[in-house]
Parts: sequence; C-alpha cells; structure tokens
Amino acid sequence: MKRTFAWLRLRRCVALAILAFGFGLFGIAGVLAEDVSLHKNRKSTYATLAEAPEKARERKNPFERDPQAVAAGGKLFEQHCADCHGRKLGGTRKGPSLLREEVQQATPGTLFWVLTNGVVRRGMPVWSKLPEAERWQIVTFLQSLKMQSVLSQSLNAEIMNADRMNTEPIAADPVAPGRHIP
Amino acid sequence: MASRVGPKPVRQKFHGLILLVCSLLFCRSSLVLAQESPYIVTYEHYLEEPGSLEVEYFSTFGTQRGGNDFHAFWTEFEYGATAWWTAELYVDGQTTFNDSTVFTGFRVENRFRLLQREHLVNPVLYIEYEQISGADKILKEVEGHDVESDFGESNAVLRKEHDHELEMKLLLSSTFQGWNVAVNPIVTRNLLPSKPWEFAYAIGASRPLALKATPNRCNFCLENFVAGVEMYGGLGDTQSAGLRNTSHYLAPVLAWNLPSGWTVRLASGFGLNDNSHQLLLRWGLSREFSGFGEMVGRLFGGRP
Repeated sequence: MKRTFAWLRLRRCVALAILAFGFGLFGIAGVLAEDVSLHKNRKSTYATLAEAPEKARERKNPFERDPQAVAAGGKLFEQHCADCHGRKLGGTRKGPSLLREEVQQATPGTLFWVLTNGVVRRGMPVWSKLPEAERWQIVTFLQSLKMQSVLSQSLNAEIMNADRMNTEPIAADPVAPGRHIP
Repeated sequence: MASRVGPKPVRQKFHGLILLVCSLLFCRSSLVLAQESPYIVTYEHYLEEPGSLEVEYFSTFGTQRGGNDFHAFWTEFEYGATAWWTAELYVDGQTTFNDSTVFTGFRVENRFRLLQREHLVNPVLYIEYEQISGADKILKEVEGHDVESDFGESNAVLRKEHDHELEMKLLLSSTFQGWNVAVNPIVTRNLLPSKPWEFAYAIGASRPLALKATPNRCNFCLENFVAGVEMYGGLGDTQSAGLRNTSHYLAPVLAWNLPSGWTVRLASGFGLNDNSHQLLLRWGLSREFSGFGEMVGRLFGGRP
C-alpha cells in the first residue's frame, strides 16, 4: 500500500514537472512566434552591422572569389542558416532577408563579425562554434551573391544593347545551376 | 471492475491524439545539421538554437567492483527558448545486471547566457533541479564524495534513498583557432536539511578534425567529426573540501555530426583513482528539430 502511494506521488511529480516544462515551452513558443515577425523589413534589424568595430570591419576574406569556398559556404548556409534566413535568403519569420542592401553592401569583415557574435537579443545565436574557416566560407558565399547580381545586371544591360543594335548578345550564364538566386 | 472498463477507450483515444500531435509536430519540423560538441559531462557556452528541440538518448555502461556492472540511460529534451536561454528535461533510468531495471528520476535544467557577444571567456549560468533516487547511475556529474562503493548495493536498497538537489554550474568556455576549452565549476545542494554543499568540476577540450568545409554533402568528411577529451570529478563538500575520498575520470570523446541531422557521441571514461569506476563506456544519439517552437506556437494561436 505504502509503495503504491509512493509510486502515485512519483507519477504526480513527474507529470507536474512535464506539465511545467510543457507550459513553459508553449508560452515561450507563443512569445517567439510574436517576436520573430519583428525581423521583417525593419531597418533596426540591420543596425547590428553598423556596430561592428573598425578593426573587424577591415578584415579581409581569405577565401575571396574562391569557387570552392562559395560552394562550401552554400552548403554550410543550407545546413545552419537557411532555416531562419530562407533557402533563397529572402528571410523568414525567424530571420531577416540577407538580400537587402545593408547586407550586400557590408564588408566581409562585418559579415564575419556578425556571424561570430550573433545578435543574441534578436534571436540570432553566436556561430563561433563553426571554425573560423567555415565562417569565412559562409561570408564568401554571401558575397558571391553580390557578384552574381552585378553580373546579371551587366548581362541584362548587354542584352538590351544587343536588341537595340540588333546584334547577338554574349551567351553567358553567370548563375551556376543549384545556386541560391534571389 | 466494470467502472474500470469504461474510461479505457477514452484514455486510449487521448493517447492516440497526443501521439498524432507529436508526430505531426515532428514531421513538420525541419531537420538541420547540428554542430554538437562531443562532451557528455562538460558543457560549453553554446546554447540550443531558438525554437529548436533536440531529443537525445544516452547510455552509460559502468563496471562495478564489489557489485554488478550496470547500464544507465537517460533521455534529454533540450529546447532553445531564446538565443540566451535553453531549457532541458532529463528522464533517467538504469539496469543493474543480475538485478533489475528501474526508473531513477528526472532533472529540469536551465542555461542562461550572461553576455550578449563573444569574448575570450564566455560565461553561462546553469541551474538544475533534480529529483532522483539513490539508484541513479547516469553519472552525468560526479559530485562531492561520490565514490564507486556508493553504487555497490542492490537496486532495492539504493531506491530507498531520495535526493532533491539544486545544482548550479558556471559554464566558462572559450573557442580559439578551432579549439574549444570549457571549464565547469559545480556546486550542489541537497534540499534535505543537514546536507552539506557539494563541489565538483568538469573540464574539456575539443576540436573538429577539419576546420574547412568541403563543397559536397558527405557523411564521412573530417569536418563532421569533433574529437576531444574531458575530465570530471568531485571536490568534497563544505564539511571536508578537497580531493580526499573523491572519484575522478578522464574520457576521450568523439562526436559525429551527420548531415541528416543526427549526432552520434562516444566516450570512454577511465577512473583515475581507486574510488572511481574502472570504466564508464558511454554513447549517445541525438537529433535536432528546428522550427519546433514555431509549430507549437501556431498550435496555441501564434501568428501564421
């Protein structure tokens, strides 16, 4: 009899603990669901980029224009970042768009600094757990998008000129298949 | 008797509903590659990503002099509430060979990141409440004067002892050039009166086997493996602090982070003195479900 009571008490304690954990979890999830919409198109979301110290901003990307690093960075982005920033980098409820001018114009050092330190108060975790080289690979991937958009723009301009002059446009595809395109 | 028959189908339906909701939640949550540390006892300063739920299962096989060897196991549910707060629930059990299998208790833990940005040393505050029986053998931490002989009795005897403990750790961790070094001073207070404060430590160092990612998705790339070593043990209590009558372990550790979202951990702990178990062989399997919090939030009226 005594054992049954002890068992019941234990079960009640476990149930209470699970309920408490569950309620905490649900409550937090609700708050989080409200909070994440803050990321959408708010200028202040990108204010962290301006907080990067001068020394960090000036750091050079060791993998600049390295196609291997772009591919590796794309893979790392897919694995660690796409869930919040979107597979096409356009942002989700959890994380802001990385296609905005603020990000595209940022120096590699700034992007590296934000990646390393996170934006903890806005829900972005620190990513220093990825080795430094991997963080630079992600930065290289993000920078490659800027290059792609510049190339696309110049190609478009060339096509328009060719149409005007009635000549053949240069056949070039600056966008490799499988890449993230805005 | 008849009254017992009535509610059963209702209960079964309720259980079915819970199962369905859980499976839906898990199916709709996306899987992400977890970059987990290889430590089993030591904590570094990295918290769970916000809104992600990590489900972990761990096993410990331990040798026991003057008693039966055991297999202790626990399941962890680790949830990233925010980027600076992670909550966790543990459920423990163990099988002592030639004896029995018992449920040994639960633990609820919270970790709070104290500084917003990365520093040379990053502090995280860890607070845990545990309600466990004396038969708990997961050895997630070795405290005070915990020694091998404490576990030599049968489960029936050990289960009579109940512990309600409050445990606090300061997780100090630093990452430099791919290396992570973590130091965890631990203080534990049994909430029963007349019990002293107990002290313990856990330290660890680890590094990924490759610091650069390869362009292709692969299971066996070196970048997916993190190897290291951890050391943990007791430091006495307020009545007799120090190394006397304490146990200590040294454990090489390895984590394998698979692109599918699974993480496998292996550790073999070797006792460093006569008070320690000679061998603690551990392994763990975990999977991270990102977007879990959002899913649950939506269930409770969060914005779509």
